[in-house]
Amino acid sequence: MTLSTPSSLAGTQEHLPWQRYFGFSTDHKVIGLQYLVCGFLFYFIGGALAGALRTELLTPISDFMPREVYNEVLTMHGTIMIFLWIVPVVNGAFGNYLIPFYVGARDMAYPRLNAVAFWMIPPAGLLLISSYFLGGASQSGWTAYPPLSLSTAATGQVIWILSVLLLGGSSIFGAINFVATVLKMRRPGLKMMQLPMYCWAMLGTSILVLLSTPVLAGTLVLLSFDIVAHTGFFNPAMGGNAVVYQHLFWFYSHPAVYIMVLPAFGLVSEILPVHARKPLFGYTTMVYSIMAIVFLGLIVWAHHMFTSGTPPWMRLFFTIATSFIAVPTGIKFFNWLATLWGGSISLNTAVMFSCGFIVNFVFGGITGVALAQVPFDIHVHDTYFVVGHFHYIVYGGTVFVIFASMYHWYPKVTGRMLNEPLGQLHFWLTFIGLNLCFAPQHWLGLNGMPRRVAEYDPQFQFINQLSSVGALLMAVSTLPFLINVIWSAYRGAVAGDNPWNALTPEWLTSSPPPEHNWHGEAPLVHEPYGYGLKSPAAS
Amino acid sequence: MGTMRLPPRIITLLIGIALVLVGLWVGQNVNLLPVDASVNAPLYDQLFKVLFSIGTTLFIGIVGMVVYSLTRFRRRSGTVTEGPAVEGNLPLEILWTAIPAVVVLFVGIYSFDIYDRMGGMVPMHDHSMAGMETMHEPAASGPGQKTWAGISSVVVEGQPPVAAVPIEVTAMQFAFIFRYPEADIISGELHVPAGQPVSLRMTANDVIHAFWVPEFRLKQDIIPGQPTLLSFTATRPGSYPIVCAELCGAYHGGMRSTVIVEPPEDYANWVAKNSPVKATAASETLIS
Repeated sequence: MTLSTPSSLAGTQEHLPWQRYFGFSTDHKVIGLQYLVCGFLFYFIGGALAGALRTELLTPISDFMPREVYNEVLTMHGTIMIFLWIVPVVNGAFGNYLIPFYVGARDMAYPRLNAVAFWMIPPAGLLLISSYFLGGASQSGWTAYPPLSLSTAATGQVIWILSVLLLGGSSIFGAINFVATVLKMRRPGLKMMQLPMYCWAMLGTSILVLLSTPVLAGTLVLLSFDIVAHTGFFNPAMGGNAVVYQHLFWFYSHPAVYIMVLPAFGLVSEILPVHARKPLFGYTTMVYSIMAIVFLGLIVWAHHMFTSGTPPWMRLFFTIATSFIAVPTGIKFFNWLATLWGGSISLNTAVMFSCGFIVNFVFGGITGVALAQVPFDIHVHDTYFVVGHFHYIVYGGTVFVIFASMYHWYPKVTGRMLNEPLGQLHFWLTFIGLNLCFAPQHWLGLNGMPRRVAEYDPQFQFINQLSSVGALLMAVSTLPFLINVIWSAYRGAVAGDNPWNALTPEWLTSSPPPEHNWHGEAPLVHEPYGYGLKSPAAS
Repeated sequence: MGTMRLPPRIITLLIGIALVLVGLWVGQNVNLLPVDASVNAPLYDQLFKVLFSIGTTLFIGIVGMVVYSLTRFRRRSGTVTEGPAVEGNLPLEILWTAIPAVVVLFVGIYSFDIYDRMGGMVPMHDHSMAGMETMHEPAASGPGQKTWAGISSVVVEGQPPVAAVPIEVTAMQFAFIFRYPEADIISGELHVPAGQPVSLRMTANDVIHAFWVPEFRLKQDIIPGQPTLLSFTATRPGSYPIVCAELCGAYHGGMRSTVIVEPPEDYANWVAKNSPVKATAASETLIS
C-alpha cells in the first residue's frame, strides 16, 4: 500500500494556481475551499449586523437606527448566518473537502453539479444583500411569517424568497451529491461501518435536506404568489391560513437545526480521537444515534408553535417527540466524553474548541429540553430565552466546531500549522464572549423581554449591556483568528503530511493534497479510529 | 494523597449524590423568575425549579467530566503516548441511553401533570362565551368551531367553578384594545379582578400578535382569521406589563399595555365608574 508518498510543497502548488479558486472548478477540494471562504465572508457581514443589533440594544429606547431598519437587520442577520454561513460551511465546505477522501474517491459523484451548487451561493447572497438598496430588505424576520411578510417591504420580501430558493436549491444539489458519493463512490473493499463518522453525519444530514428543503421551497413559492399575484394561501383576509405556513415553514426549519448540528457532530467525532489518541468510543451507537436524530428531527417541528393555537394533543405529541431527541443526542455526548476519558489528550486549539462545543451544546441542550415542555415554553416562547438557547446551539455548538475544524485541517489544506498561542487567545475570547453575550439573555427572557425588539423595559438595560459587551468580545476574537489564518499561510511552521499522526485517509497524502487526492492508489482504511496501544504503528 | 482509598464506585456514587444536592439547592434557592401573579404562575415556578435542579446537576456533572478529563488525561509536553484502545462498552452505552431516557420520561410526565393542572387539557370549546348570543352564529358553537385555545381552564383548583369574566381582546399594529361586553367598556388597559377567572377571546386585525404577561407565565398568539382563547385567574393585585411577543412590524417593541389586577371591590368600582350600562344584576353576581 502506498500510504505516504512524500511530495514537496512547492511541487503540488504548481498544479494548483490560485485562479482556480475563482473559477468553475470541479475539484472537490477547490469547491470545498470556495464554500469555506465564501461562508466566512458572509459570516463577517452577518457578524457586523449582529454588532449593529447589540449596539441598538445598549439603550432601552430605539435610538441607533430607524425601527424598520432594525427589523431589516435582524432579518438579514438570521438569514445570512443560517443560509450563507453555517449551512454552506458545515455541509458544503467540509463535506466537499473531506467526503471524497473518506470514501477513497478522487472526487464527488457529480463534480459539475457540485460546482453548480456552489456557484448558486454567491449570486444568492449578493441578491439578498442587494435588496437593502432596492427599496429595503425583508423586515419579517428569517421566519417570514405571513401576514406580516405580506404587508412589509414587498420587493425585499420577494428578493428574500428568491435568494432562499436559490440557496435551498444549492443545498439540495449538494445533498444529492453527498448521498451518491457516500453510497456509491466508496473504494472497493470499504464497508459502510468502516467509514469515518462524518460520512454518516453527512448522509443523515443529506437525507434531512432532501426530505425537508423541497417543502420550504414550495411554501416560499406560495408565499411569493401571495405577495406578487395577490393569491390568498396564507392571507387570512382572503380566506387563507397563516398557521399552515408555520407548519410548512418549520417542517423544514426545525430539521434545518439538525442540518446545522449533525455535520458538526461528525466533525467533532473526527477531531477528538486524533488528539486524545484513542478510538472513537461506541462507533455503532454513534451511527444509530445519528439516524435516530434524523428520524426524530422530522417529527418535532410544531414545538415552535406551542402558542400558535395548537390543539392540546398536538402540543403533547411534539413535547414527547422533542424531549426524546435528548436521548440519541445524549448518547453522542457521553461517547465523546468516553473518547476523552483515559486518553493522552493534546490541549491544542482544535481540542479546546471541541470541548467548548461540548460544554456550550450541553447547556443549549438542557434549555432545549426545558423549552420542549409546553407549560415551560408558553412563558418563554418568542423571548430572549429562546434567543440565548439557539445561539448556544448554533454558535456555541456548530460555529465552535467550525473553528475547531479550522485548527485541525488547516495544516492539511495549506501545508502549514496555525499558531497555537494565537489560537488559544482566539478560543478564550470566543468562549468568554459567547457566554457573556448569551447566558444573560436567558434571564431577560424569563423576566419579560421579548425577542426582535428595538426597545425594551429600562429595568433590562444593565443585562443587555452585559450581553453587548460579550458580543464585542466575540467580534474582537475574530482578529487573532484572521491574523493567524493569513500570517500562517505564509509564515506558519511547515506541517508535513500528517502532523497529528492521524489515521483517516485525508492525512495519508501530501499537504496540500494533489489534484487527484493521492499520488498512487487510494488507501484502504478499515480502522479510521484505530488509535491506542493495541496497534502503536497503526499503518 | 493515598491515605484514604475509597473504591472508585463509592467515589462516583458520592460525587453523584453531591451533584444532585447542589442541583437541588440551586433549583430551590436561585430565583430567576419575576413575581407570580396568576393561579398557574406558582405551578410554572414549581416546574421551573424541577427543571432547573435537573439541568444544573447534569450541566455541572458533564462540564466536570470535561474539565477533569482535560486536566487528568492531558498529554505532558514531549511525551507522545497512545491512549488505551477502548472502542466501546455495551453496558456503559446502555446505562447512558437509559439515564437520559428515564430523566426525559420523568420530565415529560411531570410537565404533563403541570400542564393538566394549569388547565391545558380542558377541551377547547369556546364554552366561556356560551352564554353570549351576540358572539357567534349558532352553527359555530359545536366542537368543530374555529376558535383555537391557549390554556383554557376557568376552574381554580379546589374551588367550585365560577363564571369567568368575558373580555374581548383586539390586537392591531401596535396596540391592544380590551372590550368588556357585559359592562360595555372599551379600554386600552386590562382591568381584572383578583381571584376570579377571566376569559379572553382574542382577535387580530392585521398581522399575528401575541398576548404575554410575564408575571402570569402565560402567552397566546393572536392570529388574524382565527380567534384564540386564553383563560387565567390573576391572584396578586398590582400592575403588570402586557407584552406583544410576536414580531408585528416596526413598532413591535413598543406594543405594550398594562394589566391591572385589583381586589374584587376595586374592580367592581372601576366597572361601575366606566360602564355606560347601569350595573346590572348579571354583572353584580359575576363579581361577587
